[in-house]
Order: sequence, then C-alpha cells, then structure tokens
Amino acid sequence: MSSTAATAVRYVGQSVKRLEDPRLVTGHGRYVDDIMLAGMLHVAFGRSDLARAAITRLDTSAAEALEGVHAVYTAANLNHHNDSLRSSLHPPETPAPPANMLADGDVRFVGDPYVMVVAESRYIAEDALDLVDVEFEPLDPVVDYEVAADSDTLVHPELGSNLAHDLKVPNPAQREVFAEAAHVITETWHQHRQTNVPMETRGMVASWQPHAGVMEVWASTQSPHELQHIGARVLGTGEHKVVVHFGDVGGGFGQKIFLGREDMAVLVAAKLLAVPLKWIEDRRENLLASNHARTEQMTVSMALDADGHFLAADVDQLEDDGAFPLGGPASPGAMATMLYPGPYRMGPVSWRARTVYTNTCGRGAYRGPWQMESVAREQMIDRVAREMGIDPLELRRRNVLRPDDLPYLVSTGLTYESTISPDKTLEQAAEMIGYDEFRAEQSKERERGRYLGLGIALYIEPTSMGMGALGTESAMLRVEVDGHVNLFMGTGSHGQSLETTMAQLVADELGVRPEDVTLHQGHGSGYGFGTGGSRSAVIAGGAARAAASGVRDKVVAIAAHLMEASADDLEVADGVVSVKGTPTASMTLAQVAATAYKDSDALPPGTEAGLEHTARYKAPPAVHSNACHICTCELDPGTGQVTLLRYVVSEDCGVLINPMVVDGQIAGGVAQGIGGVLYEHCVYDESGNPLASTFLDYLLPTAAEMPDLECGHVVVPSDTPGGHKGTGEGGAIGAPPAVFNAVADALAPFGVYPNRQPLDPDTVLGLIASAGN
Amino acid sequence: MADAIPVSVTVNNRTRRGLVEPRLTLADFLREQALCTGVHLACEHGVCGSCTVLMDGEAVRSCLLFAVQADGSRITTVEGLAPDEQTLHPVQEAFRDCHGLQCGFCTPGFIISVAAFLEANPNPTDDEIRHGIAGNLCRCTGYQGIVAATRQAAAALREEQP
Repeated sequence: MSSTAATAVRYVGQSVKRLEDPRLVTGHGRYVDDIMLAGMLHVAFGRSDLARAAITRLDTSAAEALEGVHAVYTAANLNHHNDSLRSSLHPPETPAPPANMLADGDVRFVGDPYVMVVAESRYIAEDALDLVDVEFEPLDPVVDYEVAADSDTLVHPELGSNLAHDLKVPNPAQREVFAEAAHVITETWHQHRQTNVPMETRGMVASWQPHAGVMEVWASTQSPHELQHIGARVLGTGEHKVVVHFGDVGGGFGQKIFLGREDMAVLVAAKLLAVPLKWIEDRRENLLASNHARTEQMTVSMALDADGHFLAADVDQLEDDGAFPLGGPASPGAMATMLYPGPYRMGPVSWRARTVYTNTCGRGAYRGPWQMESVAREQMIDRVAREMGIDPLELRRRNVLRPDDLPYLVSTGLTYESTISPDKTLEQAAEMIGYDEFRAEQSKERERGRYLGLGIALYIEPTSMGMGALGTESAMLRVEVDGHVNLFMGTGSHGQSLETTMAQLVADELGVRPEDVTLHQGHGSGYGFGTGGSRSAVIAGGAARAAASGVRDKVVAIAAHLMEASADDLEVADGVVSVKGTPTASMTLAQVAATAYKDSDALPPGTEAGLEHTARYKAPPAVHSNACHICTCELDPGTGQVTLLRYVVSEDCGVLINPMVVDGQIAGGVAQGIGGVLYEHCVYDESGNPLASTFLDYLLPTAAEMPDLECGHVVVPSDTPGGHKGTGEGGAIGAPPAVFNAVADALAPFGVYPNRQPLDPDTVLGLIASAGN
Repeated sequence: MADAIPVSVTVNNRTRRGLVEPRLTLADFLREQALCTGVHLACEHGVCGSCTVLMDGEAVRSCLLFAVQADGSRITTVEGLAPDEQTLHPVQEAFRDCHGLQCGFCTPGFIISVAAFLEANPNPTDDEIRHGIAGNLCRCTGYQGIVAATRQAAAALREEQP
C-alpha cells in the first residue's frame, strides 16, 4: 500500500483521552432534541392500548379543532406514501408484515401507532391525542410465542400464517452419532423479553425545503446512510435530496440501525406540511413500542462419549418476532443455531430455526442479536458437567479448540480462522478468578450454609461481517490547507468513541496527532452501513487506514521533492516530515499542504494538486473475536437475592486501538447481560398488556448492583489491516450465560437446576421451594 | 389553556425571565427558554436522573418540577460547572480521565449528581459511591468509569479545599 516504510505505531494501543468528551461533559453535545428550528412543530403519536382490535371509529375533528394543532394524520391520509419501507438487509422477495406507517383498520400490539398529531408544542399535541375519538372492537390476541405457530388467530391475516421463518438443516451424521453415543442430554433454555433502552430515546427533526425538494434530517441513528437510503424511498426522491446531519447519539445498542414506522411518518408529514417537525419518543413509547428482543428458546441435545468429549448436537431455536419487527422480519435464529458449536470441537450438528409473529412489540436488533447460541451452549455445558460429574472448567478444557485445530471448519458451515484463541482466554480468565481457590472456598462456605456460585461462559463472536450492504465502509481523508485532517466516514458513532479511535488510526498511518484529526459522519460521507455489529474497528478502521496511507504517500512524495531528499529517507510524525536521523531537515504537514493547494507549480512533475484520498475497505466474511467471562455470586436462600461478587473477562479482540475504550465496551455489555439475567423483563400479561412501561417496572442495573469488572487481554492479531477484531457486542454475549451459570451453581446444594431467565428473587425462591419435589 | 405565569430564574448566574404555562416542567424551561440543552430528558418520570440540576445548591430532578416552582431560585446546570472555557470542573475532568461516559447522554445528570454527592460526602468509600450515585442510570459504561471518576474527583476536590 505505502511505498515507504510504515510510520511508527505511536497512538494505537494507547488509552488516548476521548476527543468527544470536552463537549459532552460540559453539556455541549448536540443530540437530536437539541435541534430547534424556527417555526418547528412537534409530533405525538396516538397508540393502541389493546393487543389486537379492529378500529371501528376514528374521528379526528375535535383534535384538529384544538388551538395550536396544525395537522392530524391517520392511515387514510398518510399511508399512501407507504412504498417500500424495507431495510437494506431485508430482501424484497421475503414475505413481510404490511409496511404501514400508521395502523390501518386494525391494531396489532399495544403501542401500535394509529394517529399522529402535529402541533405547536408536544404538550398541545398530547392534549389533542386525548380529543381523538376512537373506538376499538377488541379481538383475541396471540401473545404466547410458544403456541403462535399453531394458533388459528393470525397476527397478520395477509400472510396466512404466524410462522415467519422455518429453516431446517438436518445432518444425517448427527443422527448416527446420537444412536451410538454414551450420553445424550437434552434441555430447553429460555431467554425472556428485554429491550435495548438507550438513554436517549429515538427521535428525529425533519425539515423540507419546497422547490429545492430537499429534506434535511437530524436523527438519532446508528446508520445515517440507511436513513438517507430509506428516507429517499419513502419520500420518492433521490438520495442526494435527503441530507442527514449526524450529531451526538445517545446510545442505540441496535435499536437505531433501522428506521421505525414513526420515523417514516415524520419524514412524510414534514414534506406534506413543509414545516420543520420534531418527534422525540418518550420513555413509555420506547419501552412499549420501539423494539424488544431475546424472547426465545433453544432446545439442545448433546451427545458425549464416556469421557465427556462432545460428539454431536441437535439444536432447535424458536423466537418471537412480535408484530412488526424493526428492520424487517429477518431472524437471527439461523445465525444463533449455526453458531451453536462455538469454540469447541462439537462434531456434526443438525439445526432448525423458527420465528413466529405475536401481538406484541416487534423484535429488533439488540447487542449480540444471536447470542442465544452462547446462552444455550454455555448453560448446556454446565448442565452436562453437573450431570456427568465433571468440573465445568475441566469439561471445557477437554473440548475447547486449540491452535492445532485451526483453521477450523464447523459442521454448520462456518470457518474459524487461525487467529482465534479460546483456549488462552479460558485459561487466563480461570487464573484471574483464582478458580481452584474459589472452589475450595465454595465447598468450605457451603458447609457453613453460605451459597456461593461460579459461572463460566466461553464464546466466539463473528464480527465485522463482510457481506452485502455490511461488507464495506469508506473514508475520505483531506489534509486541509492549514494541515488539519478532516475525515469523512459513513459510520454512526453512538458511544463507541470513533472520533478518537479513528483519529488514532489515522494519526499513526499519516504521522499526525489524534487531535489533528476531525471525524465527520453523516452528510458528505461515502456510503456505509454505519455503526453496529461490532464492525467499525475492522471495516471503518480499514478504510481510515487506507485513506491515510494514500495521503501519506503523497505527503512524502511532495516533501521529498521540496526537500530534495529521497522519499525512503523521510519519516512523518506528529505533523512533521523529517529526514530520518536529521531532525533539523524537516517541514510541517501544513507546509506540504500549503504547497499542494496554493503553490501547485512547486509540486513534483505530474502530481495532482491538493492533498486528499478516498478509500473503501472490503471486509472478509467474518473476523472472529473470542472471550471468556467468569463471575462469582452469593445467593441468599432466605430472600432469593443474588449478589455478584467478582466478574472477570479475558478477551481477544486482536490489537487494541484504545484499551480504555475496549474495556468500556466490555463493561457496558456485561452490565446489560447482568441486567438481563437478574433484573430486566418486558412483562406481558396474557391479554397482551405490557406491564413494564416505566423505569420503576423495567429495572436497569445501577452502580449499586454492578461488581468491579476485571479485564484481561489476549492479543492474537487478526489478518485484517492493523490486526483488530470487533468487540462492541461481546460483553452482552458472554455475560448472560456466565451469570446464569453462577446462579445455577449456587443452587446446586438444593438439587435444582434453572432453565429459564430472569433469575429474579421470586424465581430463585420458587426453585429452592421446589427442591426435593 | 391556563394563563401564563411570569417566572424569574437565575440559571448559571444569568437571570432568565419568562412567561410559562403552569404545566411547563423546569426541564423544558431550562432546555427551551434558558437554552441549557445539557439538561437531558431520558425518562421524564424521575427515575433516571439525566435531568438533574442544582436548585439553590441541592440536586433535583428537573423533570419532576414545574418551572413555576423554580421562580426566584438559583439553578446550576452542567453548563455552569466549568470555571472557564479552558478548564473543566474536577468532576468533568475525572469523567473524561476515567472513561466515565460513552454516548454522553446520561453524563450531565451524573456530573451534577456526583458534584452534589461529593459536596455532602467529600471522602466516600467505594460502597458509599456506588449507593450515592445509584439514583442515576447509565446504559453504556456499566458504571466502571463513573465509579472511578467519582473516586478521582473526590480526591481532586479534597485537594482543592485547604
């Protein structure tokens, strides 16, 4: 790539303080709700309080008559703009629920939007919602996803079935092994409904410029280009007419990759009214009607020989898609089942993945969308270990993939590259937690009536998946006349610190300081799918490196010419080009840039004026990272309360760009996993009423519940530029089974074994009460 | 619609006068009339703490108060903490040093809460820190950096005090 020796690594690997932070810690971030445009009006949606009902009357005249109300929209006057609302990841040929912005004739889950008010303030808009005259005829809903496939009641009559997907891949070899195996053990593992809960809810400001035909959009999004792409389709205009401004985004965890029905309705209404509109989802809407996830179960059978070696597995996954899955009815079930073998020699695997519709909030991507593979597998391994009387760490040691096994072709069709290190992370985590010492303490304490538990979770995560729309990212890098570097990228950083980490990569590649680089996202950047799926470090990073490398070549060529030196003798560091060993012979990047723009006759013959380069990086099919989580807990048998004592993570994300940021990503994911197993639950009653509509019912972990996290790093560089691997989702993949296994271990003296979450105090007490039955 | 009521609130040492509806929350007043958009709304029902501001020196949730209740009071928002444009408040500095924020949305409320907490308890134990900040929710950090930042800020503030 570079014609001269690469610049020394100076900033990659350092915990560089974040460039984002000065504005964010002083309240000067710019989130979507901070956009206030002259004449801007406010949007509120009226939503169904019933899980399934026909709309028998909908009269908006009283709402329209309220002072301060500018428009009231229903399906009748908005949905004709429904053209294809499908996401880039949703193939047009797959059947999908009707893509209505507003419910048309009937409502299909509590929270289904059926009316939209535009008014001078959100207060007035909500007043107007109270004046909408609506009548519903309640219908029996489908709430329980376990019976949805067989129900005569259809969530979407248009589709003729509640079964959205049913993918079966039997493997005859698996059946043969099962017939001969010493042990075949079966269990069904259940996860429960949770939701992403970014602290900033969804929201959008949209401003239409009539005659110019331009829609300016400010949005809380992970994917500015997906918004531009779908927005143009919804508006029936060219993508160049949809200008997406990207500011600060207050978290997403997958929720803000795809456009919601409300987002599209706001875009259409802003065009119809030609007035800037703002919609900020409130927390109740976010908890009830944005997206849910993890409502799923996996039935697993594993065959083992007498020594506890895994021989084969049969995996059957069933997941709830809700009514209107965010981003389309694509299901992660196929991935979850294909990934079930994880970091082990698993033998032949048969698998099946089904997804069903129910009259509940739609499923959406949530950090590690297919983590059920690790949940089911790691919980199964502990279960098997208990049944066979083998220590769970020892059982993993007997089966974990080791360097001699790599590269490894998994029975389900995946290939693991030689750069994974599950055995090393397993051992590092075991050492960090002091495994043997804990086991000794545990048995001693059990005799004293203290119930301690330890849980292990080991996993491999496919990151940076280089397929389809996800396959590439671009970077346009320009050294400006004064030597400052502007970097334009298709990412959508919403907490991942890309303004800092991309600047670190560019700093090393180009030879500047991170603070000399400004990342610009959204309008002006080249197409990219945005930030999610643990893809930015490898894919966006690959593009940033390539763009910087291209510019560096030119910088060196120009400087060599101006300094009458050989390009091979030059080095670039901290914005200064100098002759190696002769630091006095130097010129600044600003001087090179000034020449490139303002004195182009002085450039080497044939050199194009200016100092910029655009590059696009295409990722390999997947870059696998791996990690091991081990935590310990104490269980109070009187109250059912679980307290986490220690939590260690050993991970391999290849070369760390910024260790502080990596540890931060892990910690956030772990907190979500802990919350998921112990506290968080989107409860529905049997009529389809959601019972967790506030933060008093949907319990997020606080600082008081989180243990100190200890992170260890194994660094096996990937084969991609820089040697990085993705790590954003991993914490949320490893934590649920680690916590679950720890609680199950603490319950061992009672002779009971849980197979479903959440493990809240009631559930734990119920398990203890069932002991001996 | 109820009649508008005049209020006068001193926000970050600047007096803001306005005519407000009785139902206008203090948070909306601060954001939309005083233009302190660092006051963030993440639940609007008093649980998450993102909208925390100091009212006459005491940490309050501005989503649970009406603007009219703040008439005549002195409010400090996160924008009012740093002594000047080149210097961060020790709590802000500590959040940056310790990676106490990722997306930054809960951060203003946390910083105000931590500043108030350390005013009341300048030398807290880790357990006191964890319980002292348990009234604020963060979804990104797992609180690791926030607890560390509170520890660092406590030490820095103690050093500032003679």
